[in-house]
Amino acid sequence: MTKLGHFLIKNARLLDVITGMDEFGDILVDEGLIKHVGAPLRDGDIPERCRLLNGDGLVVCPGFIDLHTHLREPGYEDKETISTGVAAAVNGGFTTICAMPNTNPPMDNAVTIEYVIQKAALAGKARVLPIGCVTKGSEGKQLAELWEMAQSGAVGFSDDGKPVADSHLMRQALAYSSGLALPVIQHSEDLELSQGSPVNEGWISNRTGLRGWPSVAEESVIARDIALAELTGGRLHVAHITTSGSVDLIRLAKQRGANVTAEVTPHHLTLDERWVLGHDQDGPINGPLGLEAYDTFTKVNPPLRSREDVEALIAGLNEGVIDVIATDHAPQTVIDKLVTYDDAAYGFSGLETAFGLLMTLVHDDRIDLMTLVSKLTVGPLVVLGDAYSDLATLRKGTTADIVVFDPNKDWIVSSEEFNSKGKNTPIEGVRLKGKVVMAFVGGNLVYEQEKLDE
Amino acid sequence: MPSIVKEENKRLRTSLVDGTRRHLLDVDDFTRDEIDLVSKTSDAMLEVLARDIKKVPTLRGKVIVTLFYEASTRTRVSFEEAGKLLSADVINVSSSGSSVEKGESLLNTVRTLQATGADLVVVRHQHSGAPYFMARNLESMGVINGGDGWHAHPTQALLDVYTMRRHLGPIGGRKIVIVGDILHSRVARSNLWALTTEGANVVLCAPPTLIPQEFLSGQHRVDEHPLSTVEIETNVEMALDGADVVMPLRLQLERQESGLLPTLREYSKMYGITRERLDLASKDALLLHPGPMNEGVEISPDVAHGSQSLIEEQVRNGVAVRMALLYLLVGATKREETKAEIQ
Repeated sequence: MTKLGHFLIKNARLLDVITGMDEFGDILVDEGLIKHVGAPLRDGDIPERCRLLNGDGLVVCPGFIDLHTHLREPGYEDKETISTGVAAAVNGGFTTICAMPNTNPPMDNAVTIEYVIQKAALAGKARVLPIGCVTKGSEGKQLAELWEMAQSGAVGFSDDGKPVADSHLMRQALAYSSGLALPVIQHSEDLELSQGSPVNEGWISNRTGLRGWPSVAEESVIARDIALAELTGGRLHVAHITTSGSVDLIRLAKQRGANVTAEVTPHHLTLDERWVLGHDQDGPINGPLGLEAYDTFTKVNPPLRSREDVEALIAGLNEGVIDVIATDHAPQTVIDKLVTYDDAAYGFSGLETAFGLLMTLVHDDRIDLMTLVSKLTVGPLVVLGDAYSDLATLRKGTTADIVVFDPNKDWIVSSEEFNSKGKNTPIEGVRLKGKVVMAFVGGNLVYEQEKLDE
Repeated sequence: MPSIVKEENKRLRTSLVDGTRRHLLDVDDFTRDEIDLVSKTSDAMLEVLARDIKKVPTLRGKVIVTLFYEASTRTRVSFEEAGKLLSADVINVSSSGSSVEKGESLLNTVRTLQATGADLVVVRHQHSGAPYFMARNLESMGVINGGDGWHAHPTQALLDVYTMRRHLGPIGGRKIVIVGDILHSRVARSNLWALTTEGANVVLCAPPTLIPQEFLSGQHRVDEHPLSTVEIETNVEMALDGADVVMPLRLQLERQESGLLPTLREYSKMYGITRERLDLASKDALLLHPGPMNEGVEISPDVAHGSQSLIEEQVRNGVAVRMALLYLLVGATKREETKAEIQ
């Protein structure tokens, strides 16, 4: 890594959920650590050869942690590589990302886990924490070697992209992993009910003739898994919840004291099913379909839901029912999307637009900035555990994983400018307000959007 | 709802009436005037069909391609016939025997067709929305939707409306009952738009497993919904009471296999249009069927070939309506001079 040095960001708003800090001041990064945070440093206390950065109008907070990233390597290097994926991550303010194991071969054994860790170390930039498969080959038939993967550095287990459908196997997965104190991260989809359908069941599916993915296909799996988590004492983390009913189920589970956490994606918090018709949420839901309809860039699993669902997810976030915002960054090639809606690959390239999309919620007064930062920093600790809490705070003496953002910066989404190989975004050309301008990992300046030197 | 604003594509309203419509993707944006124009033009085309030498030079020098990824008899043949009777050169491409078999993508296939200079492609595809995907990636070639997935079959809806109008006059206020697999039916979806635009009272009748959930739970019965007048009736006897038009839909064996129905036998007993059931409709009610029929399942043979059946007339009208549509879409620039040739 290069660029390790002293940095002093002056007069920025400093946000830290763990210490409860929200004040204007300076932050000094030195030798990879946070050496000072808070009151303005006197000139005499500023180290020599220290780069001085003007933090006027900027916010500094712990680097974002993404629990749900598809890096595609090994196997799908045309969609993304670990190297391009981490570059995309820091561009979006994510200094730590958790790599989902649906690669080819899948990350279902210690060797592939170690491979990803090594490739990530070579790539530098963001920290990469691998998630291992729950079952061998993600085939849902036999448990993968969870202990050995944990020994190699896996931080959790998931067959993401597919559910662990077999109830008996899911019970064993939760029970077995409880001994390792690691979570099972479930992609909640009853495939018999969803039938692999591409859009939300409701008016949009009826209108377009596309098959509908009903909410109940998500909720029925969550209900079952909550019961299994209660039975086994295992740790259940529910990936990308999308429906109002799912929020209710998670709320109830938490009230009952179940060991259950949940995440939501930026897109399910901000976009609704109308985008399938090729327009935004203010576009007519009942009008004739135009040439822009069946926009394959809106195809994602789980699908974009109704506006009532979006509202319930925002409420769930504010209420604390939803612990984490995770991107479900799913890069695809252009060819994967330049086909019919049914043939198109699922997924959004999300790392580089996540923060801008989420800031819409802040600017619209739907969530406050501290809540947003919380769901992107300390929220993920519910899955990763307190061993990683140094990465989620600005406390003096901790590792300098830091992000600097301009909450008011206007910018226009242009996938051409993504570091990710995945140019698949449904919000191409959309104007957003709020952008990450710098990111530090372990005190290294890994992303710098503009020079802020004094 | 968060305020993510997408730059709206500037969408100009296009119409057959002023010759601005290039594609026919569905009838959801058709006005009454356009349906009138199609009907009037189809009348003229029926006259051409009645001639001894049924050929006019209207589309001479135009190239029309039919690109069918799904099996079809009447739609493909009637488009081919329609194009040929109007003197266009019609080329038929099917998925077998073309580069589609070699794995050529839909996009590359249609861009290749465009590059050959074809003026119009009629496409049938098993995926809903395929014609929209094609149309937005084409610059000079027009697209007619010959049926896409479960979504739309606009030329079928226009020929159905045309057939009804020929027998009933204006169909506003008439009771039209569509019986069968609504959920999977592109014919039903397009007919819903065309029939409600014409002011007809549409009743959908099927077992609940074959009706979209939204209709079943009545979510469409709100003023701002364009299909708010559509009624749902799962009891076929109640649905047929006083109907002016009865339209059973083809029921596919697949529906039994995927568990939506116990057996075709039970469906036939519950929903099959028999003589007795047809008698519940108004006297001289019209019987339409978009074909192909499963005689003995959704319709009994005596009814299918009985005096109230317009099924063969639908096919003939289908040729006329498709001639009209080809003329209005492709021949629009030369409309004035070709009018004389037809009349």
